[in-house]
Amino acid sequence: MLNKRSAYWLILPAVLVIGIFGAIPLLISLVYSFMSANPYGGVQAPMTFGAYVQMLYDQDFDGSLIFMPDYFWIAFRSLYLALATTILSLLVGFPVAWYIVCQSPTRRKILLTLVSLPFWINTLIRTYCWILILRDEGLANKLFGWLGFISHPLPLLYNQGSVLLGLVYTFLPFMVLPIYATLERLDPRLIEASYDLYANRYQLFRRVIWPLTKPGIAAGTVLVFAPALGSFLQPDLLGGGKQLLIGSLIEMQFTSSRNWPFGAALSMLVTFAVILSLAWQRWRSKRAARAQAA
Amino acid sequence: MMTTAARRKIRPFDWRHNPGFGIFSLAVMSFLYLPLVILVVYSFNANRFVTVWTGFSLHWFTRVANNGDIRHAAWVSVLVGVLATICSTAIAIAAALGFERGGRFKGEAAANSLVMMPLVVPEIVTAITTLIFFSSIGFHFGVLNLVLAHTVFCVPFAMLPIQARLNTIGTAYEDAGRDLYGGEWRIFMRITLPLMVPGIMAGAILAFVTSLDDFLISFMVSSAGTTTLPVYVYGMMRLGVTPEVNAISTILLVISAALALVAFLISRPNEAGAAAGTAAAAATATT
Repeated sequence: MLNKRSAYWLILPAVLVIGIFGAIPLLISLVYSFMSANPYGGVQAPMTFGAYVQMLYDQDFDGSLIFMPDYFWIAFRSLYLALATTILSLLVGFPVAWYIVCQSPTRRKILLTLVSLPFWINTLIRTYCWILILRDEGLANKLFGWLGFISHPLPLLYNQGSVLLGLVYTFLPFMVLPIYATLERLDPRLIEASYDLYANRYQLFRRVIWPLTKPGIAAGTVLVFAPALGSFLQPDLLGGGKQLLIGSLIEMQFTSSRNWPFGAALSMLVTFAVILSLAWQRWRSKRAARAQAA
Repeated sequence: MMTTAARRKIRPFDWRHNPGFGIFSLAVMSFLYLPLVILVVYSFNANRFVTVWTGFSLHWFTRVANNGDIRHAAWVSVLVGVLATICSTAIAIAAALGFERGGRFKGEAAANSLVMMPLVVPEIVTAITTLIFFSSIGFHFGVLNLVLAHTVFCVPFAMLPIQARLNTIGTAYEDAGRDLYGGEWRIFMRITLPLMVPGIMAGAILAFVTSLDDFLISFMVSSAGTTTLPVYVYGMMRLGVTPEVNAISTILLVISAALALVAFLISRPNEAGAAAGTAAAAATATT
């Protein structure tokens, strides 16, 4: 064991680097979100709530505010696509995690590698693959045409479905891995005991496995929900700019629209949502720990 | 064989045996890998029109390799990747030692959450806050901006395998060294560091892959002349599906996958879970 002082010195570089270049920028962006836009990019005085007001209201020529729900719908769409991604990943990911846990140690290792490998492959390229499959001259339409299902190509790309597909495809490993991690620590004797007490497969799942896996599910939910909420590449490449999500809206404020305070305010909104989901996960895992202890 | 058959008889419910789950998992694995296979196959297609197969060809790979812009972008990516890997791995080795060998100290949980922060904050937020930060302090030094931004999000990826490795080594060898009156520095150099090597290598490789794969943060932070490869490829993709995009994407795909596999193989079986599923490790760290 090292003494406490050397432990502090050892973690200091990491804390400094991530604090200065990760946490402080968040605070500066919070300040920026309360400033006025400079037409050349960047910000200027005075401090206002303008960027936040702009999320829901449009300013008329005479300065009065008119309710404009456009941005609200973008935020709403981002939220429900992120939730749909999370739910679909859970429905698909849980059985896979369970299947992996039931295998021999060697097969477990291979399957785990297969699930986690896509995580290390460029998201840009993984998303691009779906353009090759879904576009009008893409593989899916060719296959359907060849099988005689369709005479005209189906519009598979550039809709909400393709964005959702891309999101699930990207973030599925984030759901499988934490669920697997909790299932692996599950005591098999509990399962045997429930069988001995005449539980059927459904009861076993509902009363034993599900409650004990909740921390993993909560962790997976946050790990899928947070990046899906701020996703940029999937709506951009698979939504074709028609399905504007909050991530693309933020990006636009720093490239084409040049409204930095509004972009900063939108990022604060996303960050706030992520903090809320993290707090929810903490609360769930604490509650699960208490329930297990009791 | 006999024993399993006999056990089945006594125990009609074998919870490890779930009909249908195997096929379902196979379908999910195909879902994860078939699109990548399709990309790789198309990249070897001789035809200019990507989806019309006319024959096997390496033509597009040579075209990509001879493209000056792509070569420059690749050079920037490798430079940023190597520098960010060196910085983040050095920081991560120290931090992993502090967290694993420092016992419980005040502020440990807060420091750990801070270090893990880049894993939870959505990339777009990190990207624009970094952009705002550099612009607000007037920090415009080209490649250096990219190296700093990449170092931040590479630290947790480099740290987790090292931490997992330290955890499996345990403190027994170090304690033995102390019993033999070895000084702390000598114990570190002769015992801890050599034992850490597989973890450090896995961490460094994963940090490099993370840096190489990053698009959004580089997209926001890079300036003219410091375009990284993914940012350049994104620009190509926006113009449409071309055989050149397929070829360069295949190259990036193979490099990332090969490096990640090497990292998994280096780390010992016990740590493979942590190295392979950094997300899982991060999740367990937060729970």
